[in-house]
Amino acid sequence: MKVPVSITVNGKQYDKMVEPRMLLVYFIREELALTGTHIGCDTSSCGSCTIHLDGKALKSCTMLAVQANGKSVTTIEGMANGEELHPLQEGFHMEHGLQCGFCTPGMIMCAADILKNNPTPTEEEIRHGLEGNFCRCTGYHNIVKSIQYAAKKMA
Amino acid sequence: MTYIGSSVKRVEDKRFITGQGRYTDDIVLPQMTYACMVRSPHAHAEIVSVDISHAEQMDGVVKIFTGKDTDAAGIGGVPCGWQVDFKNGDTMKEPPHPLLVSDKARHAGDAIAMVIAETYAQAKDAAEMVIVEYNVLPAVTNSKAARADGAPQVHADVPNNLAFDWELGNPREEVDAAIAGAHHVTTLEFINQRVICNAIEPRSAIGHFDTAYDKYTLYTSTQNPHLIRLLLCAFVLGLPEHKVRVVGPDVGGGFGSKIFHYTEEALVIWGSNQIKRPIKWTAERSESFVTDAAGRDHITTAKMAFDKDGNVLALSADTFANMGAYLSTFAPAVPTYLHGTLLQGLYTTPLINVSVDAVFTNTTAVDAYRGAGRPEATYLLERLMDTAALEMGRDPAELRLQNFIEPFDGVEQEGYVTQVALQYDSGNYAPVLKRGLEMVGYEQFRADQKAAEGTGKLLGIGFSTYIEACGIAPSAVVGALGARAGLFESAQVQVHPTGKVSVYSGSHSHGQGHETSFAQVVADKMGIPMEDVEIIHGDSDAVAFGMGTYGSRSLAVGGSAIVKSIEKVLEKGAKIAAHLLEASVEDLDYAEGKWTVRGTDKSVAFGDVSLTAYVPHNYPEGLEPGLDFSSFYDPANFTYPFGCHICIVEIDKESGVVKVKRFIAVDDVGNVINPMIVDGQIHGGLAQGIGQAFCEGAIYDESGQLVNGTYMDYVMPRADDLPSFEIDRTVTPCPHNPLGVKGAGEAGCIGATPAVVNAVMDALKGYGIHDVEMPVTSQKVWNIIHGS
Repeated sequence: MKVPVSITVNGKQYDKMVEPRMLLVYFIREELALTGTHIGCDTSSCGSCTIHLDGKALKSCTMLAVQANGKSVTTIEGMANGEELHPLQEGFHMEHGLQCGFCTPGMIMCAADILKNNPTPTEEEIRHGLEGNFCRCTGYHNIVKSIQYAAKKMA
Repeated sequence: MTYIGSSVKRVEDKRFITGQGRYTDDIVLPQMTYACMVRSPHAHAEIVSVDISHAEQMDGVVKIFTGKDTDAAGIGGVPCGWQVDFKNGDTMKEPPHPLLVSDKARHAGDAIAMVIAETYAQAKDAAEMVIVEYNVLPAVTNSKAARADGAPQVHADVPNNLAFDWELGNPREEVDAAIAGAHHVTTLEFINQRVICNAIEPRSAIGHFDTAYDKYTLYTSTQNPHLIRLLLCAFVLGLPEHKVRVVGPDVGGGFGSKIFHYTEEALVIWGSNQIKRPIKWTAERSESFVTDAAGRDHITTAKMAFDKDGNVLALSADTFANMGAYLSTFAPAVPTYLHGTLLQGLYTTPLINVSVDAVFTNTTAVDAYRGAGRPEATYLLERLMDTAALEMGRDPAELRLQNFIEPFDGVEQEGYVTQVALQYDSGNYAPVLKRGLEMVGYEQFRADQKAAEGTGKLLGIGFSTYIEACGIAPSAVVGALGARAGLFESAQVQVHPTGKVSVYSGSHSHGQGHETSFAQVVADKMGIPMEDVEIIHGDSDAVAFGMGTYGSRSLAVGGSAIVKSIEKVLEKGAKIAAHLLEASVEDLDYAEGKWTVRGTDKSVAFGDVSLTAYVPHNYPEGLEPGLDFSSFYDPANFTYPFGCHICIVEIDKESGVVKVKRFIAVDDVGNVINPMIVDGQIHGGLAQGIGQAFCEGAIYDESGQLVNGTYMDYVMPRADDLPSFEIDRTVTPCPHNPLGVKGAGEAGCIGATPAVVNAVMDALKGYGIHDVEMPVTSQKVWNIIHGS
C-alpha cells in the first residue's frame, strides 16, 4: 500500500506515492534519480548519504521518506548556484579533498553543517565534526584542508 | 609547457563534487530487474534442500535460480588466475568456486540462490522466503588450526586443507645453521590479522543481454574490465569475447577488492540471458563484509640473526596464509611472489629462506588488499628490526643504516640482486631515513620522551623502512611464476583531424586521477594544451585491451604504453610535417606543438599536420592516412619504490588510549608527474596502514561467524583518529621505463603499519613485553600497563 508524500528537494516540490518503508535515501536516488547521494552501508555509519533536511545535516538512510513529508531537502545536486560552485565544492577541488568521489557528496553536506554552526573551526573541530563520515581514500588529510579552504573563503 | 611535475588540479573532480559521478548502482536500464542473493548464515554446512516454492509466489518475483540451475547449465565457477605449485611439484589444489553452491556452504555468505524481482525490496522480501535446510558442520577459520589432523575439511579432496606449500630463498639448512651460530637472534611469532578492504562504494554489477544484437553488457564496480571479460568468456560462461562488453564506470575505491572476478558478475550476466531482462545486484555493506575478498591473514614465525656488531646474518620466515574457502583470482600470488620475494627488504641479509603454507578455511576468500603481500613482508622485517634493536640495546635508526644496501642507480651500477629472486631497479636508501630523522627531530623527541617519564603519558617512536615491488609486471617473469595472464598494458593515442587527442588506456581509475595525470603526460610529450586531451578508460568497447589497475602499475606500465603510442604519432607526424615543409625528417625539431626546420623559422603546427593526415591531398607518397596508434608495453622489470615511515604515539597510562601524535613519511616513488595526486595516494595508504595497526581486524567466532561484519562493529579510522601527515620524498628514477616512475598507490599502506606498532612497543618498553598483537587497542595496552 503506497502512501502520498510531498517533499521539496533542491527547491522543487515532488509529489509521489511511496511505500511507507521506503528510506529517504531511496526516495532521493530512485524516485527522483538524484544519484549524487550515495549508500555506503546499512548501519547509518558511513555518512555517504548525508543531505540537509530543513537546513540541518542528516543521514538520509536514518529516516523514512514519509517522515520527510512536507519538509525541505537539499542534496549535493543543489549545492552549486548554477555554474558557480559552493565554496566547499571549490575547496574539495582545490585541495584534492577527493579521490574516488564516493564519500564526497556526504562529506560536503556534512562540512556545510560544520561551517554553518562554526564558521571558523580548528583542525580538531573539523576532524571531530567529520566523525560520522568515512573516507577510505584520502586519509582525511586533504578533506580537512578543503574545509579550511571553504571556511576562509566564506569568512 | 611543463605539466609533468606540477600539481595540476584534477579534471575529473567536477562530476564528483556536483553529484554527477556515475557509479554502477546509479545506472538504471529499461526493464531492469533487481537481484538479492540468498546466502548461507553458516560457515560450514551441507545443503540438504532448497525450497523456493513460497518465494516464487511473492509479489514482483521474476525468477529464482539455485545451484541446481547453474549446475544444470554446466557452469563450473569462477577461476583462479595464478598457479603456485607444491614444493614437490604437484599442482596446487584448486577446488571449484561455484556461482551458487548446491552441495555445501563453505563460508558464511556463500550464495545459495539468486532471487530476481521487479524491485530490490521485493527481491529481498522473497529471498527471506527461500527455505534452506542445512546440516551444520564444525567450522575452522584459523589457518594454523586448519592444518591440524582432524580439523574440519573445507574441501573433501584437499587433505589437511593445504592448497599448496611453497618455499623460496637460500637452502633452509644453511639459513638455520647461520641462525644457530649467530651472536644474537630475534624471534617473533605474530599474526598479521585479516582486514577488510572496505571501499566505500559497495560492489555492484548489472548484467544486460541485448537480444537485438545478441550482445552482453556487464557494468561492474571493477578495477580491470578487460580481465573480467576474459575470465567471464574463456573460463566461466564460455561466451564469445567479441559479444561481451564490460564497463567499469566510476568506481568508488578498490584497494584490491575490486580486482577480482566475482561470482555475482557471472550470475547477473548469465541470468540476464535466461530472463531476457537486465539484472542489477548491489551488495549491502554487511554482504560486502562476507563476500569481498579480504586482505592479509598471516600467522608467522620469523627469525633474524645478527653478528656481534649488529650486521644481519640470516632471516627465516614460516607463514600460514589463510586463503579462505576458495582461491580468489590472484590469491596464490599474494603470500608467495608478492611477500616472500620482498624479504630482502632494504638490507644486505646474505641468507634468507621463506616457507608458506596456503590454507583453506571456512572464511571469505583472501586476496590482494592495498600492498598485497608487501605490507606483510614489511611488517615482518620491520618489527624484527625494531625488536632486535631493543634487545641488543641499539638505536633502531642506526641499526637500519648499518645494514642498508649501498646506493645503485640501475644504469652505472647494476640493479641489486636479492636472495629471494628479484633484482631491484634503483635505490638509495639512507637519504629517506636521514630525512625522516630530520623531520621528526629525533634527538629532541628522545629528550621529550625522557621528560615524559613519570607523567601520565608514555611517548614512543617507531620506524619502518620499506621496499615494494610495483609496476606489475613483466609478463614472461610472472608467467614463469604461475600467472595465467600477461601483465602488460595497452594504450591508443587517437589524434583527431583538429589536433585534439583521445587517449584510450587499459588502466582503470577508481580515485587515482588518471584523467589528470595521464593527460599531463600526453600534453607535455605532444606539446599541446591539456584541455586538448581526453583520457578514456574502463569500457571494453572503447578501449581495445587492458590489464587494469592494481599493484601501483598504472603510470609505470599504462603510462609507458601511452608514451610508446605518442612516439609513434610524433614519428609519423614528422613525416607529414617534412612533406609539408619540403624538408627532410632529420632536419626537423619538434617542440611546443610544432615541427620546425632546424636553423630556420619555417614550421608547421601539430593541428595542421593532424588535419593533413585526415585530408591527405598534399601528402607523402606511400604513407597511410590517419594519425592514430596503439601500443602494448610490457615492462622489463618490476619497479621498486621505497621509503621511511616514522610514527610517534602518545599513550595515556590511565586509560590505555593510544594516540598517533605524528606520522612522518618520506617516500621515493621515482619521478613524480603530479605531486598533489602522489601526496594524496600516500595519505590514503597511510590511513589504511595505520588503521590495521590500531583498530581494524576481522573477528571470527568459533562457529565461523564474522562477528564484526558491519560498520557499527568493524573499526576503521575516522577523521579524528588520525593526525595530519608530514610527508616528503626523495627521487630515484626508475631506470627501465620511459617516465622513470615507480608507482605510489600502495606505498603508504606498506610502510605505515609496523611504524605504529614499533612506536607502541617503544612507548611500552619499560613493561617487559616482547610483542603486542594487532590491532593495538586501548584495552590491550591498558592490560599491559596495568599488568593483567
